Amino acid sequence: MSANLSAILYLVSGVLFILALRGLSSPETSRQGNLFGIIGMIIAISVTFLSVGNFSSGFVYVLIFLAIGGSIGAFIAYKIPMTAMPELVAGFHSLVGLAAVFVAISAFINPEAFNLGTPGNIKLASLIEMAIGAAVGAITFSGSIIAFLKLQGIMSGAPITFKGQHLLNALLLISIFILTYYLCSAQSSRLFWILIAISFLIGFLIIIPIGGADMPVVISMLNSYSGWAAAGIGFTLENTALIITGALVGSSGAILSYIMCKGMNRSFFNVILGGWGGSEQSTNNKNKEQRPVKSGNADDAAFLMKNASSVIIVPGYGMAVAQAQHALREMVDTLKKNGIKVSYAIHPVAGRMPGHMNVLLAEANVPYDEVFELEEINNDFANADVAFVIGANDVTNPVAKTDPQSPIYGMPVLDVEKCKSVLFVKRSLSPGYAGIDNDLFYRENTLMLFADAKKMTEDITKNL
Amino acid sequence: MEIDPFIFRLSIFILSIFIGYYVVWSVTPSLHTPLMSVTNAISSVIIVGAIIASLSSSENAVFTSSSIYGFLAIILAAVNIFGGFLVTQRMLAMYKKKKKDK
Repeated sequence: MSANLSAILYLVSGVLFILALRGLSSPETSRQGNLFGIIGMIIAISVTFLSVGNFSSGFVYVLIFLAIGGSIGAFIAYKIPMTAMPELVAGFHSLVGLAAVFVAISAFINPEAFNLGTPGNIKLASLIEMAIGAAVGAITFSGSIIAFLKLQGIMSGAPITFKGQHLLNALLLISIFILTYYLCSAQSSRLFWILIAISFLIGFLIIIPIGGADMPVVISMLNSYSGWAAAGIGFTLENTALIITGALVGSSGAILSYIMCKGMNRSFFNVILGGWGGSEQSTNNKNKEQRPVKSGNADDAAFLMKNASSVIIVPGYGMAVAQAQHALREMVDTLKKNGIKVSYAIHPVAGRMPGHMNVLLAEANVPYDEVFELEEINNDFANADVAFVIGANDVTNPVAKTDPQSPIYGMPVLDVEKCKSVLFVKRSLSPGYAGIDNDLFYRENTLMLFADAKKMTEDITKNL
Repeated sequence: MEIDPFIFRLSIFILSIFIGYYVVWSVTPSLHTPLMSVTNAISSVIIVGAIIASLSSSENAVFTSSSIYGFLAIILAAVNIFGGFLVTQRMLAMYKKKKKDK
């Protein structure tokens, strides 16, 4: 296949990838978009086979390994529960990162295969691109592994900080640039290995100080990194599809990180430098004088909701943990049968990754046009009779609007307290991940329902 | 004066960043999770490099130090391609509109 033709086909697959993302602007077009993505991938892979044109025994092995990886991937895709999406995405990021590292290593060892020169005499530009691709790939890999372990709960979600951490990270980062510089003049493979090793270390070090609760930002950020790594390799291979995709994924991840940071009213650097939440919890609790709370049972909750004309549900990560989304939908079905208007309000940082709650509700067959974002629904709380908060906490805390001393001051929150009455399902009065007491618990119009989210929802349904 | 092909690739890269910027802002927030999984899948187009790497060796030596890295990268990228697209499909299939008759 001629080089020009394959370049054009790579461009076509790049365009199809753009359309794949474009499709996600609405759920109706999204399935078609995904199909475009698949076609783009098939084109890219077939063009590569045809342009290499080497159908020897190596080709058979390529197909075998493709099939092995593919079946593992397909198996995971069908088995994974929707609540585990954050872990899955983090895991997948690590694979992209590692694949980028491997491709870069292979190109370094055997540059002739990629038309980059000969070993020890690789083109300068290619060498720099290769080093960037490998370094970013390695950072993505080790960072995603840490994120995965934290999300899985294998590693504690508490931030790990030590003295001189930022200095160490800065020094390591500088050393990457110095190594790249020497790599260009010396072309020594030892420098290349050291570069990769240091990058692995950096990925590890930048994620450990970030608290488990900041995972939405971390996942988005690693998403972005995996894109930049792919773009770096794309430049090395002079491949348009890879360059376009890398740029798309890179900017996508960056935008998502921005949205998540804004949802928490924190600057990106504040999150990256880490060390927030988790540890303050215990000290905060001790100093707190006991304030009276009203608590109720499923019967009270059912009574309140039965007499309401509109109910707004506020789901959070706790719903995912308790796997309460199906029970919740059943409760809502019963409410709707009684002629009560029900809608869902979702905060941008609810859950452990962007859009996490929406997927869980969709899984439980909640129609997506009943689910609203913060800006869309926030004014409706004042007119609603009951707000049903299930598994959410900090995102409903009115303190964010009133107390400039509070660490979450300025964070956009759902105006839940404006409802006539608030039902708050929670296991105890313990604060959320930000370590801040929720003022909502002590409000006149709040009724606390102390129970497991799933069990409580089921009980309410029985009482309706 | 001739323009270095690198400049062309850089132009594509920069313009794609802008395309990405506008396209991703138009993605509805309720589909942010599928967005992440599909970007995951498409970034595995890095498999292109892995295939070139693994087919680089001659007929009589399929496994060389460089092609082995290529094969490893193929497995990783393939997990991602199939896993990423299929899990996205599975998620998107769940997004349904309100049924009229209810």
